[in-house]
Amino acid sequence: MLTQEMKNIILSSKGKGWVLEPQAKRLLSFAGLDVPRFFLARGVDEAVRFAKEIGYPIVGKVVSPKVIHKSDKNGVEVGIDSERKVRDAFDRFSKIEGFEGVLVEEMLSGLELIIGAKNDYQFGPVVLFGIGGVWVEIYRDIILRMAPLVQRDIDSMMRCIKARPLLEGYRGSNPVNFKELNKLLLTFSDLVMDLESDIESIDLNPVFCSSSKCIVADVRILLKQ
Amino acid sequence: MNFGDLFKPKTIAVIGISLANEKHPANVIYNKNNLRMEVKVFPVNDRGGTYQGEKVYANILDVPEKVDMTVIATRAEAVPEIMTDCIRSGVGGAVVISGGFAEKGNRRLQDQVVKIAKEADFPFIGPNCLGIYSPPYMDTFFIPSERIMRPEKGKVALVSQSGGILVDHMVKLAGEGVGLSMAVSIGNKALIGEIDLLDYFTNDPETNVIAFYIEGFAKREGREFVLKAGQCSKPVVVLKAGKTSLGVRAVSSHTASMAGDYEVFSSVLAQYGVVEAKDEFELIPFCEALSCYQTPIKGSIGIITGSGGHGALAVDACLSHGLSVPTLSEPDQIEIRENISQRIQAIASFTNPVDLTGSAMDEDFVTATNFLSRRKEIDCLLILLLPYLPGISSDLGARLSQIYRQTGKPMIAYVPHVEKYLMFIEGFQLNQIPVAHSIEEAVHMAEALRRHQPC
Repeated sequence: MLTQEMKNIILSSKGKGWVLEPQAKRLLSFAGLDVPRFFLARGVDEAVRFAKEIGYPIVGKVVSPKVIHKSDKNGVEVGIDSERKVRDAFDRFSKIEGFEGVLVEEMLSGLELIIGAKNDYQFGPVVLFGIGGVWVEIYRDIILRMAPLVQRDIDSMMRCIKARPLLEGYRGSNPVNFKELNKLLLTFSDLVMDLESDIESIDLNPVFCSSSKCIVADVRILLKQ
Repeated sequence: MNFGDLFKPKTIAVIGISLANEKHPANVIYNKNNLRMEVKVFPVNDRGGTYQGEKVYANILDVPEKVDMTVIATRAEAVPEIMTDCIRSGVGGAVVISGGFAEKGNRRLQDQVVKIAKEADFPFIGPNCLGIYSPPYMDTFFIPSERIMRPEKGKVALVSQSGGILVDHMVKLAGEGVGLSMAVSIGNKALIGEIDLLDYFTNDPETNVIAFYIEGFAKREGREFVLKAGQCSKPVVVLKAGKTSLGVRAVSSHTASMAGDYEVFSSVLAQYGVVEAKDEFELIPFCEALSCYQTPIKGSIGIITGSGGHGALAVDACLSHGLSVPTLSEPDQIEIRENISQRIQAIASFTNPVDLTGSAMDEDFVTATNFLSRRKEIDCLLILLLPYLPGISSDLGARLSQIYRQTGKPMIAYVPHVEKYLMFIEGFQLNQIPVAHSIEEAVHMAEALRRHQPC
């Protein structure tokens, strides 16, 4: 069920056609999905203060209504491990068109997955699951299922993905936490059904999945025009 | 809406008979039904007169008997009034052959006809279609009988948006000896579409496989279709046209870019256990295999062959299609060996594939088939029957089919399709055992049996 706060986030983003990352993460968090600790810093001193509070290393990301694909605009920096680097990154991001601030986030580790949704014309909401990261469209190791997902769908998504050995822990790496991943997919599927009349598509990419948890590191919500 | 009179009528009227043009669609339909189908047929034309010595009625209301359904093959503009008359006279449904509706931009006229039908709960197929082939009752396809091969009455229902594709597949099914319970060309599907027909054939006792040629669904129609198909106990097969999208739309999310229309279509079909045929080379064998076997298999294949090469190719094809070929246990291998003819005991191999070699006799095929049909770890047999082996005779297909009747283990045969070997082929086919043209096709058939369950 969408709460009033969630509805407000969607409503206030309608004009832009998509939801800015800080609001989108709030929305996910209200829905019960795990997101990293994050702060939106409007000024550079604020950014430094947040970084210290979270603890280095951190991730910095540009927040701009003009930038949907942050990495295409060099708007993401990972592994920032000193105050000087925070200031450099802030300075660089502030020159990007439409700059509104910098998102300061804790660094995550784990297997990078993508979980997405699309409102299909013929079939309505569908959920996508696969290997994530910036190269998703090159590997295209993805499985699609019509939402809402039931347990059988999730089992077959896990079974059919080519990179299944990576999920199970490959060559010394730890397996992902299947229970958490399962919960994430079910919760996301419910959210997608609730947002059916508002969304065009959603990317949760990457989702960092480790042996303890699955956390949505980045999210893009595109709204119906 | 009741489709009984529309699909299995006893009396029909063909409206729009021409007294001047023998090749008019209405005349072709009148003639073939009058001469070759079970229905009683009345000619109708607004000018009346006589046609082939029969009275032509000026209006459906003038026909003296109750008419179960009508074929309307007039100008598009005349259809609303004719349909109203059909409803008034108590007709149970119609096929509207006429074109000139939404497909020609005439959406208003089409909507008007739909409105008339809906208000009266009057089912009609079309417009702009070939209509219904429902053996032995009637045939509304305006193709002269001498130009078409019609499948026998059988268990496959075939539904198509395109009339041309439908006829083409009917010819091919007839060539394979696969019978049809009904074929419906739905044209503009103004009132009755795929979902209505899925509902109808789900409950039709004469149908056990439902096959569709689909160009596309309306908004969210696909969702309703797969939910129903997933509930349907009969196998549903779909061939989709339009797999490639014209021009790549700029999309700003990875998901939207990777979840294209066809990717979604194909994935969701599999999710609900609808068997997707990727092309016509799959559709025909899938219909053949699924009309014989409706219970899904897990996909552990037992292979019996008269040549090692055929066995090896079959194993390759099985594995590449995600089917398994389990090795038989030592005791099982010993048991088959002991039961086959002495002359091949030393040269045959029994691991799976069971290769009986070119020296195999009829009895060896029977023994091996009997044995594998009773193994729990195998849920489908591929029999690569090479009719040129000197030790086998032409009634072997029929003999092996009997083993299926006794054991219930699905069996798929490969026999080279040339006229010389027809008796081998018919021995299987007439006993409801599917026969493939190639090893690859036999494996495709097995795959269809496995895919007919939720992925």
